[in-house]
Amino acid sequence: MQIIIDQLNYSYGDGAMRQQALKDVSFSIPKGQFLALIGHTGSGKSTLIQHLNGLLKAESGSIYFHGEDISDEDYNRKKLRSKVGLVFQYPEHQLFETDVFRDVCFGPKNLGLDDNKAGLKAFEALHQVGIPEELFYVSPFELSGGQKRRVAIAGVLAMEPEVLILDEPTAGLDPRGREELLTMLKKLHKQKHMTILLVSHSMEDVAKYAERVLVMEKGSVIHDGSPKEVFSKREELKRLGLDVPEITDFMQDLQREGFPVNPQMITVEEARQEILKAFKKGQLC
Amino acid sequence: MLRDITLGQYYQTDSLLHRLDPRVKIVGTFAYIISLFLFRNITIYLIAGLWLFAMIRLSKVPFRFMVKGLKPVIMILLVTVICNVLFTKGTPVFSFWKITITDEGLKMALFMTIRFVMLIIGSTLMTLTTTPNQLTDALESLLSPLNKLHVPVHEISMMMAIALRFIPILMEETDKIMKAQLARGADFESGNMFKRVKAMLPLLVPLFVSAFRRANDLAMAMEARCYRGGEGRTKMKPLIYKNTDRRAYLCILVYLVVLIVGGFIGKRLPL
Repeated sequence: MQIIIDQLNYSYGDGAMRQQALKDVSFSIPKGQFLALIGHTGSGKSTLIQHLNGLLKAESGSIYFHGEDISDEDYNRKKLRSKVGLVFQYPEHQLFETDVFRDVCFGPKNLGLDDNKAGLKAFEALHQVGIPEELFYVSPFELSGGQKRRVAIAGVLAMEPEVLILDEPTAGLDPRGREELLTMLKKLHKQKHMTILLVSHSMEDVAKYAERVLVMEKGSVIHDGSPKEVFSKREELKRLGLDVPEITDFMQDLQREGFPVNPQMITVEEARQEILKAFKKGQLC
Repeated sequence: MLRDITLGQYYQTDSLLHRLDPRVKIVGTFAYIISLFLFRNITIYLIAGLWLFAMIRLSKVPFRFMVKGLKPVIMILLVTVICNVLFTKGTPVFSFWKITITDEGLKMALFMTIRFVMLIIGSTLMTLTTTPNQLTDALESLLSPLNKLHVPVHEISMMMAIALRFIPILMEETDKIMKAQLARGADFESGNMFKRVKAMLPLLVPLFVSAFRRANDLAMAMEARCYRGGEGRTKMKPLIYKNTDRRAYLCILVYLVVLIVGGFIGKRLPL
């Protein structure tokens, strides 16, 4: 197991305004998994991911990264932050350098790499996120929203993390930008065997890309399973203010109306196959 | 990380001080601040302390909120205390190597500290019991005579309202950017002075960019709702004095008189 989270508790504020943000959260992440974390606003997702690279300190409970407790006094948290890359919501707001290339170099340089090595990492990272070379030396503030976001993600990728955590990376992007970004994540996952934790509000994206889904509610993880398992609990998810992919909704309605289809289809492609199969059997019309 | 700063933050509860007309509170706070500087003797600090204590009880705001407001200025306070103790000339009490500590210096430092702490707590109390909107409405109303001198009172108070409103937003933003840069291996804590200042750059640049972006958005939103400045603008909740407010003014007056009398008496006492 790459990351083990054991009985994590955390609260914000103190006294009367104290609010428990995480309640006995326990789960573990094997190397190379593509996870999605869902839950409505305020369910503790962002708090949880900030614990994973040591930005927040747990009140009780522990997190083990490769078997070492990250809350130990002498644990090297800076190194942890390079191994567990965290991309915040709207990461483009963190850009600050005079040109794109220098901004991406910021992370590797903080790890103590010299200019050449940092530059090499930055170059690779910018390639991975698909920023063309003619944009390397323009100011990050002149880029489009989608490009800025990719540069910001490159800034984290340049540190070569083993685990990449992204908090709603597609928020505010156009459909094409979303698709490109998620395809890029999939590629990183496949080629570099990077562990990816995706916080998302789009059930379609979760269904399409994730291998495992965690559902959070009021600071606890209440479901943990494959997308198919989790999305079969339509009523419960809706009660929590969440949803299932539209296509799953559709398939479940079809089945309820008496069509002989398996309702557990979560992507459009799967659903298409399933409906065609039913047609071929001649059970429809 | 940065959630501890209470200056300019409102504490929601229902108390006499909360319901008071904000103009009374501003005048009262000013009177209180001036009163702290009128004399320098223990009697007036006792009187002002009593007054402050009564106000804190009336406000129903937990005391620790005010103490929290003191935290960010503790460094400034320490520096002034040390300077006062070391560099005031007078009758020496204690001498060591080149350092001479004088009776006057100690007294000065003590008075400075009392004054400073009471000043901060007093003004924190005003912002804790008054929403930023009320505060600026009151300022606008109090300064409105200046309109005759072509001072853009409405614009100034609008700017203040926006500035106050943006403090918590920018705090949160700072916290967010700080964390984002920490996640990229930034180090804000170690290194010498020069290094630390340099390390602030990745924090300050995005903060300024975002402040300008927000200002731009806000200006756009205001224009979209036909904001044209103060001329001919009416209020939904105009400020009108009630009987309680008049009584409060009277209380402030009584406080000032008592304090001035106390000050003159205190002058004759030793210390």
